[in-house]
Amino acid sequence: MQAPAHIAFIIAAYAAGIIVVVALIAWVMLDYRIQRRILAELETKGVSRRSAREAERTDSERV
Amino acid sequence: MWISDLANPSRFLRAANLAIPWLGGATLIVFAFALYRAMLAPDDYQQGATVKIMFLHVPSAWLGMLAWGLMTIAALGTLVWRHPLADVAAKAAAPLGAAFTLLCLVTGSLWGRPEWGTYWVWDARLTSELILFLLYLAVLALWRTVEDPSRAARAVAILTIVGAIDLPIIKFSVDWWNTLHQGASVFRLGGSTIDPTILTPLLLKAAAFTLLFVTLLLAAMRNEILRRRVRTLRLLQASAAG
Repeated sequence: MQAPAHIAFIIAAYAAGIIVVVALIAWVMLDYRIQRRILAELETKGVSRRSAREAERTDSERV
Repeated sequence: MWISDLANPSRFLRAANLAIPWLGGATLIVFAFALYRAMLAPDDYQQGATVKIMFLHVPSAWLGMLAWGLMTIAALGTLVWRHPLADVAAKAAAPLGAAFTLLCLVTGSLWGRPEWGTYWVWDARLTSELILFLLYLAVLALWRTVEDPSRAARAVAILTIVGAIDLPIIKFSVDWWNTLHQGASVFRLGGSTIDPTILTPLLLKAAAFTLLFVTLLLAAMRNEILRRRVRTLRLLQASAAG
């Protein structure tokens, strides 16, 4: 079976497509993990947003 | 009503957390089916097998323009309505649009070499697409230059609205000027000029890429909201320490 003409260009285009899509997915997933980790670290140190504190207080008042 | 509900970042986060896995699954299924149909597609009578590059080139061109269109709507949301999620959406869409515009330029060049005998010509379609990519780079640079997100959002919004002039230029460049790039062949008055055996996988690929874009956009918006919460907490921490 003969390879189609210009196969190298087709492979290069699909390789570029895979690189871009994988890079975008990896960027979004890594960024999510990083932000979640930093938020958790800050909350462990006792730093929290006013709205989060108010929500917590309302919850405890309900209980 | 539900759109105004989503204007609250916490509600948006809950909705995004629910939607992202489902959208991701739907993207995978449509991508698998589109790839299968693309593999079955025959060679074009003129382009031969290089028509397969179009299955990547056309959707990425469409997404590059769609992202800027969304950023323009978001820019109006920032400047006119001061919608709390507008600049979050604009910031999240910019890198995605830049990546797909770059993919469009690269795949176009790789198609152009065997078909036109050159990787690049300064014709109106290619040049206006390159300008779109440069505009994306300018927006990304502006987001990084101004530290305060709301000030950066206003500057980016103005640049985005001005840059939107490039969208009709890209679309109609092939009608307004003599270009080496072919004229419209998918969406045109009188119907598509593409044979259904190639048009169907092309539209399926466009649907798959659009689903991927929506999933990535929601995920990137979620990250941006979390990043802003981190910034707020750090400012609170700094003010408490001071």
